[in-house]
Amino acid sequence: MDNLQILTYIVVGFTFVVYIGIAIWSRAHTTGDFYVAGKGVHPIANGMATAADWMSAASFISMAGLIAFLGYDGSVYLMGWTGGYVLLALLLAPYLRKYGKFTVPSFIADRYYSKTARVVAVICLIFISFTYVAGQMRGVGIVFSRFLEVDILTGLLVGMGIVFIYAVLGGMKGITYTQVAQYCVLIFAYTVPAVFISIQLTGNPLPQLGLGSTVTDGGGSMYLLQKLDLIVQDLGFGAYTDGSKAMIDVAAITLALMVGTAGLPHVIVRFFTVPKVSDARKSAGWALLFIALLYTTAPAVGAMARMNLIETIWPGEVAESQPLAYEDRPEWFRTWENTGLLDFTDKNGDGMIQYYNDGNPDFAPTAEANGWEGNELMVDRDIMVLANPEIANLPNWVIALVAAGGIAAALSTAAGLLLVISSAVSHDLVKNIFAPNMSDRGELLTGRIAAAVAICVAGYLGYNPPGFVAQVVAFAFGLAAASLFPAIIMGIFSTRINREGAIAGMLTGLIFTFGYILYFKGIFITPLAENIPANWLFGISPEGIGVVGMLLNFGVAFTVSRFTAAPPVHIRELIEDIRVPRGAGGAHSH
Amino acid sequence: MSQQSSQQSSQQSQHQDRRDAYWNANKRIMAGCLIVWFVVSFGFGIVLAEPLDNFQLFGYPLGFWFAQQGSIYTFLILIFFYAWRMNKLDREHDVHEE
Repeated sequence: MDNLQILTYIVVGFTFVVYIGIAIWSRAHTTGDFYVAGKGVHPIANGMATAADWMSAASFISMAGLIAFLGYDGSVYLMGWTGGYVLLALLLAPYLRKYGKFTVPSFIADRYYSKTARVVAVICLIFISFTYVAGQMRGVGIVFSRFLEVDILTGLLVGMGIVFIYAVLGGMKGITYTQVAQYCVLIFAYTVPAVFISIQLTGNPLPQLGLGSTVTDGGGSMYLLQKLDLIVQDLGFGAYTDGSKAMIDVAAITLALMVGTAGLPHVIVRFFTVPKVSDARKSAGWALLFIALLYTTAPAVGAMARMNLIETIWPGEVAESQPLAYEDRPEWFRTWENTGLLDFTDKNGDGMIQYYNDGNPDFAPTAEANGWEGNELMVDRDIMVLANPEIANLPNWVIALVAAGGIAAALSTAAGLLLVISSAVSHDLVKNIFAPNMSDRGELLTGRIAAAVAICVAGYLGYNPPGFVAQVVAFAFGLAAASLFPAIIMGIFSTRINREGAIAGMLTGLIFTFGYILYFKGIFITPLAENIPANWLFGISPEGIGVVGMLLNFGVAFTVSRFTAAPPVHIRELIEDIRVPRGAGGAHSH
Repeated sequence: MSQQSSQQSSQQSQHQDRRDAYWNANKRIMAGCLIVWFVVSFGFGIVLAEPLDNFQLFGYPLGFWFAQQGSIYTFLILIFFYAWRMNKLDREHDVHEE
């Protein structure tokens, strides 16, 4: 075992000890503790927990890499995954906190006075959450296998074991306080390498400012983004700061991600845990502050990593002189080649690494004149964060930290998702549909069993990921945007939408969005049409189609409600009640 | 008897009016915030990004800055503003929490 590995074991092991310690300290005693942490979480602590809950393995490991290769088009993730918090804070969180009864399906069931609505909401919730959690467990496995050199199964089992301890014992209470710790680990792990790299490239320690600064090796006159635009264009790629997607699609994806974020049950439920309605509003602000620390750093990490990568492959004048010889490749290149995330194929047999855009017909003559026979380097986007410290020659402890951060990001999100799955099963299905006379202790036990089963299913999905794991992000957000979000919004802002309207609306949104994604992405079946802009409805890709699903949901719900009986008087009173803050009840323990 | 019940109903409708006034004021603040939310992201960050890119904010083309930095900072300010403004409104309408 080398120095780096020992260090990684120490850092990751230390964080695990902290998580388990917190689990023992914050055990759940009642269903109130288990579902909503006794509604006693401080708004700032809840903000941190929400940030960790929200920022998944995808945010930590993949997002900066996505932005690095998409440039401006990567903005859809940045705006989409932060703008949703404005909707949460203004339109959902305070009212759902006032309502205060544990789960999202419970609100939908009470507001629409219907068991059918409850079951539809539970189905949406379970589908959204399981697709999401499979990706998290996969992330845990990848980080373990790369940094600790154990196989994926062992990594998964260790991860499952840790989540099992604190989610099953502590429920929401345990999860909340471990998420606070996990947030600290992940944000530290993310920003430290970013600060180092920003200093190296621009001399500015703040990555957010570094991205707008001049590069140190450009004689002080050239801005980083300007230089990046030039060198990517020299290699036949589009300018970094320009987009290539159609504007309508960019807008639709952004909106679908925003609305989807606000409709994700594991995020919404975090706002049930604060003592007051005013805390719910404030807490959304704190959550976004903690998220923004990472989300405003990510574009800098992406752009700087892209620059570092290109400058490593093209040590001289980009595209003019010779690229790096495969013989001379740096150490990190060799390490990441072993994982398959980096792959070199010497197409023209000259032993040099020609990295350029071979999909651009305008650039083909240049490539041909140089004797290049295709792009020879395949770079997986996940490398941009994971290998970043090595590419920038940072010390070993920073690399160990990145491993701990990736695991923290994946575990915190997995735990939050598993909790909403287990509470939907124990509270909404078992307690409210099958066994209404169950005692509080019985319900708590059911919740724990449901959490344990959900962990095993998630572990299985992580080990045998269904072929469509990479595509399910579109699914989770699209479905949340098209099904749960409109039902909740109409439940708060309209007194006229009734049971029939809400159920018809949710089903329309769900089936339409599900069908559209299926049609182009071919999950379970082969795609029925090629996934290209010419075939899309209004030019909107499957990633953005949740927006259309949402509009259909609203339209159907309004129309059906108009022609059916208005909701009963006590529902009107419920709506009037959740609209005012007074009477939410402070922290309580049963 | 009938006097009492009419008094009661006028009290109830007064109560209802107060709640409506609070709710309408809330909706106005909300609408203002959502307009800003929409303008910085979909306006400056997407629809107007290209013309705005002709202006520079340090090394950032302005439209690109809104899409990758500015909109996020604005969202943050909006939420804290809304939380502060609503706390004030809750007190003005006497519906704040004890």
